[in-house]
Amino acid sequence: MVLRKIKNIGLLIAYVMSIYIFFPDNVYAMHIMEGFLPFNWAAFWWIAMIPFIIAGVRSIKKTVALHPNLKMLLGMAGAFAFVLSALKIPSVTGSCSHPTGVGLGTILFGPTAMTVLGMIVLIFQALLLAHGGITTLGANTFSMGIVGPFVSYGIYKGLKKLGAPQWLSIFMAATLGNLMTYVTTSIQLGLAFPAASGGVTAAILKFMGIFAFTQVPLAISEGLLTVMVFNILTAYSQKELQVLTAFTGKTISSIKQGVKA
Amino acid sequence: MKLFSKNMIILAFVALLSFFPLYIARDAEFGGADGQASEAISELNADYTPWFESFWEPPSGEVESFLFALQAAVGSGFVFYYIGYSKGKHSLNKRDQA
Repeated sequence: MVLRKIKNIGLLIAYVMSIYIFFPDNVYAMHIMEGFLPFNWAAFWWIAMIPFIIAGVRSIKKTVALHPNLKMLLGMAGAFAFVLSALKIPSVTGSCSHPTGVGLGTILFGPTAMTVLGMIVLIFQALLLAHGGITTLGANTFSMGIVGPFVSYGIYKGLKKLGAPQWLSIFMAATLGNLMTYVTTSIQLGLAFPAASGGVTAAILKFMGIFAFTQVPLAISEGLLTVMVFNILTAYSQKELQVLTAFTGKTISSIKQGVKA
Repeated sequence: MKLFSKNMIILAFVALLSFFPLYIARDAEFGGADGQASEAISELNADYTPWFESFWEPPSGEVESFLFALQAAVGSGFVFYYIGYSKGKHSLNKRDQA
């Protein structure tokens, strides 16, 4: 079992290496910088973000009202996103980027809760670190707090339904959610800056070369770290996980069985 | 396998993933600026000028790294506080049951 796990991870590393060989550009990958989206697009993403924020605040309120003892776990999910967003990790493309850390909270509390927490992290970085921006907050929240978490949630649910092991579902959910965040960033920039020849598609591909490929090893790191935290939660926070099962369906049932056995 | 050793193996892979790029792409700059994306934007649309500036920028690389370190420290402080808290609660429960 453990050997198989190691073999799988080895295969993933080989995959990353091959990506490095094919896309050796020296690139940077981050959120969209302040002022770097034309006004109309910035406004569009802000408006697109608002319904998710409202739904997120409601979902968090509901969680906290029903289960006040989950407040700490919610804070922990937010803190996890906070740490991971601060870690700019070198990538195989010769530049740095950072994980988003929203996969963990998504699996625990659902995607919209992480829209709110993700936005808080982005506001902090925009105001204090000049990283990302307030005008581009809508677009960045849409990629990191909406697309990422919804992809993670869908993949987690889907893999669970297919009967995949818990750790694999968590790993894939966090990894692909992170990757899709940066694919979304590329699409957002491509839409705003279509190329003279090739239009939107060419521009999207160009930005994807910058944003998405750097992200692959980081996405894997994020997946691994999320699995690590889940291992700890499984061992020490059974009660909380079981309460959460009540309103996210039977997503965590296999953890429960694992401990009883 | 025990929780600790399982997580240490995972952590080793994360460390490997974070440090082997430094070895592989030895000549790269590993820049943290968002320069490449803005370069790509000016290539695609030479007339574009950012229409909004950040309210405040860290005055130097030192201040910026201080703020990033602070962000990581505050975040991990809470994460590990929670882990310690739930571990303590867990072992207390186990002792009560025994």
